[in-house]
Amino acid sequence: MGQIRLTDIDRAYGKLKILHGISLAIEDGEFVVLVGPSGCGKSTLLRLIAGLDQPTGGTIEIDGKDVTKVSAAQRGLAMVFQSYALYPHMTVRQNLAFGLENQRMAKEEIASRIAEAARMLEIEAYLDRRPGQLSGGQKQRVAIGRAVVRNPTAFLLDEPLSNLDAELRISTRAELAALHERLGTTMIYVTHDQIEAMTLADRIVVMRAGRIEQVGRPLDLYNSPANLFVAGFIGAPRMNLMDVKVTAAEPTSVTVEGPGFVATCPVDGSQLAAGDKATLGVRPHDIAVAADGGVEAKVTLIEALGPETVVHASLPDATKLVAVLAGQDVVASGGSLRLALDRGRMHLFDKDGARVPDAQEAR
Amino acid sequence: MSAVVSFLTRRRGGKGWHWTDVVTWVWLVGGLIVMFGPAIWLIASSFKTPAQLAEFPPTILPYVGQQATVEGYDKPLTLYTVKMPDGTSRILAEVRRVGIVSQMVDPDAPGEIVKINIADRTPVREVGLATENYVVPLEQNNFLLYLRNSVFVTFMATIITLLTNSMAAFALSKYRFPGRDAVMLLIVGTLMVPLSVVLVPLYSVVSAVGLYDSLWGIILPTVATPTGVFLLRQYMLTIPDELLDAARMDNASEWQIYWRIVLPLAAPALAVLAIFSVVWRWNDFLWPLVVLSRKELYTLQVGLNTYAGELNVQWHYILAMTVVTMIPVVLVFVFLQRFITSGIAGSGLK
Repeated sequence: MGQIRLTDIDRAYGKLKILHGISLAIEDGEFVVLVGPSGCGKSTLLRLIAGLDQPTGGTIEIDGKDVTKVSAAQRGLAMVFQSYALYPHMTVRQNLAFGLENQRMAKEEIASRIAEAARMLEIEAYLDRRPGQLSGGQKQRVAIGRAVVRNPTAFLLDEPLSNLDAELRISTRAELAALHERLGTTMIYVTHDQIEAMTLADRIVVMRAGRIEQVGRPLDLYNSPANLFVAGFIGAPRMNLMDVKVTAAEPTSVTVEGPGFVATCPVDGSQLAAGDKATLGVRPHDIAVAADGGVEAKVTLIEALGPETVVHASLPDATKLVAVLAGQDVVASGGSLRLALDRGRMHLFDKDGARVPDAQEAR
Repeated sequence: MSAVVSFLTRRRGGKGWHWTDVVTWVWLVGGLIVMFGPAIWLIASSFKTPAQLAEFPPTILPYVGQQATVEGYDKPLTLYTVKMPDGTSRILAEVRRVGIVSQMVDPDAPGEIVKINIADRTPVREVGLATENYVVPLEQNNFLLYLRNSVFVTFMATIITLLTNSMAAFALSKYRFPGRDAVMLLIVGTLMVPLSVVLVPLYSVVSAVGLYDSLWGIILPTVATPTGVFLLRQYMLTIPDELLDAARMDNASEWQIYWRIVLPLAAPALAVLAIFSVVWRWNDFLWPLVVLSRKELYTLQVGLNTYAGELNVQWHYILAMTVVTMIPVVLVFVFLQRFITSGIAGSGLK
C-alpha cells in the first residue's frame, strides 16, 4: 500500500513561507509528478513527505496513519536524489546493502534483494565498483537500485534525470515508466521539465510559489489548463497568450477582439461582459495557415525541424506568436502569411487569469 | 639521472646565464644551506665525542682519533702526526704527556721514547662515529622508556583528538541549531589563548582531578584542539547534505551517519589532523614538564632536558637523542608531505 495524504501542509523558514496550505491525496500505485519552476517549493514538499524536513503546519498521512512527526527512517519510503547521493566510499553493492543492513536484515535476504535489483536494472556488471568509476547513467541506475532494494511503500524521486544528457534522459525516462509499471509502487516525482511530467505522470501537480495551481491527468492539463500559469507551463512550445477584449459574451460563446483579428470561442461567457479584458490562448500546434481570413502575421524566424516547422511571427501590434506548422518549406523568413487561430482549440482566460469554463452542451 | 641533470642545469632562454638564473641559483643554494645546514650540523655533531664538540675551530664531520696497539703497552695509544725538528713528519704514538712535553714512541720501533713539544703534533684522525652517544642513553639512561611514554602519549592523544574533534566538527557542520556559529567562534577564539596563559589554571584542574604525574594528565588536556575542529568542520562542510539525507532515508541513525558516512568521507582531513596531532604531541615539552615528576613517566622531550644540568650540559647525549626524537617527525613529514600541504592550504592554519 502506498497511499499518501497531505492536508494543509505549511512550511515556513522564519517569516519566509515556502508552502501555503498544500492538500493532496495520492492513491496507491499512482505516479504523481510535482512540476513547477525552480523555487516553487516542489522539492521542499518532497522532503516533507520523505520526513527529511518537518512541516510548520498540516498533517501527512501514509496509508491512513499520521506520520507527520515520524522520522524519515520509520516512514518506509525511499528517495532518489538529484545528485544521486551515492556513498562515494562504498562499492555499488555496499551502497545497495547499506539501508538493508540498517534494518538488520539477514545477509542472505540482502544478497538476494541486491541480486534481483541488479538484474532488473542491469547493474550486475559493476556491483563491485565505486560510484566514482561509474558514468552518470550508471550512477542513476544505482541510485534507483538503492531505492528499489528497500521495497518501499513509495518512491520519492527528486529531479532524477536532470544530471543526464538529453539522449540518456529520454531512455531513462522510458525505463522509469517501465519500472513503475512493473513494481506498481506509488511514485512521487519532482521535476521542472514539463515533458517528463507529461510522459511519466498518471497525475500532474502543477505548483507555483508554494501553491498548487492545478492537479490533473496530463492531457486534462494540456487541454484545459485552469489558469494562465498552467497554460504557459504545460506544452512545448509555450501556448501563445494574447491580450484581447471581449466584444460579446454569451453563455455559449464569447467573441473577442485581438490585434488584427476577431475570434469566437465556444466558452461560457456568463461571467464576462463586453469590454472586459481577457487573454486568449492558442497552442502553436493549433494554428494553421489560412487560405483566406485569419490574421496577418510577419514571419521573423523559421525553425525547420523536419516533420514540422516552427514559425515565429509577429502580429500587427508586435505581439509575438509561435506556430507549429506541419511539413517543410511552409513559408519564407521575412515574408508574411495569414494564420488561422480558430481552427483548433482556443483557451480564454479572464482578467484574473482563470480559465473561462467551456460552454455547456446545448440544452 | 640525465633528467635530473637537465632539470638542475636548466636555464632561462636555453643558452647563456641570464641574471635571473644566477639569482635563482644563489637563492636556492642559500636556502638549501639555511634549511639543511642546522639539521646536518645536528646529525654530524651527534656522532662527535664531548672533546670534539668543545673543539675550536669546529669541524663539520665527526672524527675519531686513530689508535694503535704498541708492543710493551697494555692500552692502545693515540697516534699523532709529529713535525720533527729536521722538518720531516712522522706518525708516533703518545705514551704520556708531561706539561707541554709529550713522550712518544714509534709504533714500529717501540723501544725508543721521543720527547716532542705538544705544539708540534696533531692527532691522526679519520671520519668516524662516536656511536656511544646513542648506545649509552638508549641502553642505560631510560631513553627507551621515555620513547615508550612518548609513543603512548602521542598515539592515545591522536586517537582521542580525532574522535572528539570530528564529533564536534560533525555537529558544527551538519546540524543547524541556535548559537552554532557562536560556538564555532568560541572554539576558534581559543586559538588566541596561548598555553602559557592557561598553564596555571590547567595545572590546578589536572591536579584536582588527580591526573597530576600521570600520562593521562598530559593526554587529556591537549585533545580538544580548535585547529582540529576548524579543519575538520571546513572539510565536512564540503560533504553534500544529500548524502546524509540519503543515509537517513536508509534507516541510518545519526551515529551511523557519523561513523559510516561522514568519518570515511572526511578521511583526507582526518589524515591531516592526525599528522598535526602526532607532531604536536611528540614535540610537546612545556606541558609534560609541568605535569610529570616521576622520571619513569618522562616523555622524550622532557627526558632530553635531563641532560642539561645546572652545572654541566651533556651535549653529546642531547644531540644524539635529539636526532632520535626527530626521526619520527621527519618521517611523518617526508611521507605525508602531500597531506600536510593540503591541510595547511585547506584550513589556512598550521
